[in-house]
Amino acid sequence: MARDTMGGNTLTNASTATGGLASVPALLRRNAKSFGARPAYREKEFGIWQTWTWSQTNDRVEHLALGLMSLGLVKGDFVAIIGHNRPHLYSAMVAIQMAGGVPVPLYQDAVAEEMAYVLNHCGARFVIANDQEQVDKVLEVQDQLPDFEQMIYLDSRGLRKYDHTRLHNYDTVITLGKDAGNDLRSELKSREDSLEYDDTCVMLYTSGTTGKPKGVVLSNRNIIETARASSEFDNLRNDEEVLAYLPMAWVGDFIFSIGQAYWAGFCVNCPESETTLGTDLREIGPTYYFAPPRVFETQLTNVMIRMEDASKFKKRLFDYFMDHARRVGPAILDGKPVGGLDRLKYALGELMIYGPLKNTLGFSNVRVGYTAGEAIGPEIFDFYRSLGINLKQLYGQTEASVFITQQPDGEVRGDTVGVPSPGVEVRIGDNGEVYYRSPGTFVEYYKNPESTADTKDPEGWVATGDAGFFEETTGHLRIIDRAKDVGKLATGGMFAPKYVENKLKFYPNILEAVVFGSGRETCVAFINIDLSAVGNWAERNNIAYSSYQELAGHPRVLGMIQEHVEEVNASVAEDDMLSGCQVHRFLVLHKELDADDGELTRTRKVRRKIIGEKFEDLVNALYDGSPEIYTETEVTYEDGRKGKISATLEIRDAKTYPSVSAMAAQ
Amino acid sequence: MTLAEDMGYTTADGRKIGGVVMEMKNITLRFGGVVAIKDISFDIREGEIRAIIGPNGAGKSSMLNVISGFYVPQDGEVLFHGKKRPQMKPFEVAQQGIARTFQNIALFEGMSVLDNVMTGRLTHMNSSIWSQALWKGKAEREEVENREICERIIDFLEIQSIRKTPVARLPYGLKKRVELARALASEPKLLLLDEPMAGMNVEEKEDMSRFILDVNDEFGTTIALIEHDMGVVMDLSDRVVVMDYGKKIGDGTPDEVRNNQAVIDAYLGVSHD
Repeated sequence: MARDTMGGNTLTNASTATGGLASVPALLRRNAKSFGARPAYREKEFGIWQTWTWSQTNDRVEHLALGLMSLGLVKGDFVAIIGHNRPHLYSAMVAIQMAGGVPVPLYQDAVAEEMAYVLNHCGARFVIANDQEQVDKVLEVQDQLPDFEQMIYLDSRGLRKYDHTRLHNYDTVITLGKDAGNDLRSELKSREDSLEYDDTCVMLYTSGTTGKPKGVVLSNRNIIETARASSEFDNLRNDEEVLAYLPMAWVGDFIFSIGQAYWAGFCVNCPESETTLGTDLREIGPTYYFAPPRVFETQLTNVMIRMEDASKFKKRLFDYFMDHARRVGPAILDGKPVGGLDRLKYALGELMIYGPLKNTLGFSNVRVGYTAGEAIGPEIFDFYRSLGINLKQLYGQTEASVFITQQPDGEVRGDTVGVPSPGVEVRIGDNGEVYYRSPGTFVEYYKNPESTADTKDPEGWVATGDAGFFEETTGHLRIIDRAKDVGKLATGGMFAPKYVENKLKFYPNILEAVVFGSGRETCVAFINIDLSAVGNWAERNNIAYSSYQELAGHPRVLGMIQEHVEEVNASVAEDDMLSGCQVHRFLVLHKELDADDGELTRTRKVRRKIIGEKFEDLVNALYDGSPEIYTETEVTYEDGRKGKISATLEIRDAKTYPSVSAMAAQ
Repeated sequence: MTLAEDMGYTTADGRKIGGVVMEMKNITLRFGGVVAIKDISFDIREGEIRAIIGPNGAGKSSMLNVISGFYVPQDGEVLFHGKKRPQMKPFEVAQQGIARTFQNIALFEGMSVLDNVMTGRLTHMNSSIWSQALWKGKAEREEVENREICERIIDFLEIQSIRKTPVARLPYGLKKRVELARALASEPKLLLLDEPMAGMNVEEKEDMSRFILDVNDEFGTTIALIEHDMGVVMDLSDRVVVMDYGKKIGDGTPDEVRNNQAVIDAYLGVSHD
């Protein structure tokens, strides 16, 4: 099935659709000229929100670009950026482009070795780092980096004693730029003017569920076309407020905080620190908000935990109005007909429960909210929508400059990812894999023509690696699983682990689940408990525990998880195609799966294969019928040291159900 | 290493240590019949991290109280910037640029972190009570200035997320950090830390060590600290005084002290017969 929403006209000319604006620096110049006094960035520092207007940003970017050039940046240089979301780092990204370089943002929580690979792969001559922590990491591996020359840092704390032959303070570089002579200024102007629509705008490394990260090259065309189309889709204006808190190395942040922000001209707010996120969110009250399902899950879990501790009266009031909201809230949000009495009751609920709750969560002003990356639990999704928050789903990839499909207002459902985004063509391959083609489609994987050819065919169709299908009636896309993870059971049934894992993860007590079973008779699962939810439950039930490991192995916790697994089995049994994926045996892991141990990607996706290999003994035990298994696991602490934890894990059998068709046959 | 009189020295990591800030000369402190400190002399130099260590009951805290001026020794004298220090009230000590933290946390439990840190600025406020009551003119200006200094310290110690949290609700490790913040708020020249790592886990200790080093590095503050954890002391300090039963049994760089037989005996124990 092929869909084509743009009538084939996917390549729009820069000079028409985007008004001759062929690069991000060009957008910056336009914004500074047309609404220079409006806020471009805010950052909370020293307890106060500090604002930079578009014209201040314009000056700073220009000075930094000149500064970089006087340090020797030449056209085509790659410059790595390592740090959390800060206006100075966003400015740096644009300044690098202005000076003819290519910004490469890195995941700030990556360990030094991971950084070494990326820095080496792109041959970065310059690194812009946030603080001592990041500077240390780069210095640690500098011997492996033949191309690395200079590093610029933002926060000088602790760096005073460092050798400054290759280190520069950000402010010094700005001053260097301010004092730049006319030669350099005219050189900058000619570099800026020569930026073309098909020049590289940014290079982003995909975290990669398998193998080494790949550098995705995105052009100005990719970014600007995508920003334009998606801004128009949701009618984003220059008075939107967003909170930038997701990793700068992630394509979504680049599109939201640079692409759309520069296209629509809205303000990007940067939190004070990771730990103050909740407060900062509440103070800013974003109108346009993005979060992965995990964030919404955590928030909902926190709300529920706090309600458990509330007084009886408040709890009853909350339950009563939330019931009502679940019934009519989504319909009211979608503008569907709802009875007058129900509306009145909802308005009362808004006054007493929903309004204050949204205010506490920082969602009072959200006009458009998105979630993506993983499937979101229907209860979680409905909870936010019933409160009147316009939370929608989108489906995207780094290679697509995010947008492949998204849900239009009024057509929002928990189990689909929406219709193709404007300008994007989507088709389903013979094997069920989803393919797309769009103006946002990436140029190539840097220095990796084989992978580029594997992913993108000569006509520009890109394989997503996800299996899915279009719903006949609505035209919405539904994603089942990663195409390569979808396998066959020994019985011949379809094996879609993610489908089952997502159902398991919808329980607040389960943080992560890993299902195995490809090529086997039955499926088995590893479960990770959610410490905050299960811990709270334990407290309320007078269960004492001293560690994560002890709680995870507690018989009553196992019992509770068993109930969840069996409920999931019952629900999986209802789906004829996938009923073989029921979990026959499971265990609760003694440690939380962690990106530092390589078990999750930096965007917290499960690396099934690596986990399967690392815990091979556990998988074997699940299949050989043993009631428990002793295991030792190596763990990496945050400072890079390694340690060992050992545990004896109990393995439980879960009840399974016959599939619906088998029942009917009897 | 020999210390040339008032010339200072250079540490292993290249920091310049200045002249003597405070000198203890033959200090003896008695509580009735108990001799807590017996004829101890040592000095603290500008910009250094000076540790006082010793087994339980060695007289470390008493020594710190002598330095802070809270106890007045019966014999010997304390020279501050070369002048003999008269008996002072605690606020006078604070005005001289000496701040401290306590072994048993002494914060205002009911107040927020920010308010606690702001109390560290009290010695720097001199608007009249009337001006403060009316919140006009000088009082308002002062408050804004002081708040800014406090916010920088809050940022420095990374406690932004608990800025408005009442201290009573904080875990122990964070309270210790708030106490350090309050001490720093007075912009001390000499900072006294009484067991800054007591009762902390490894991660909290690492954080606190980082902060102590950064304070010394960033503000050039002279630091005198008492600590139980030998590993921490050896890593942090430039020079160490070792006390046992009220006597000084060692003084020098961490390496010198580590190899000092008297110190090894005091810590590992020898038979006293």
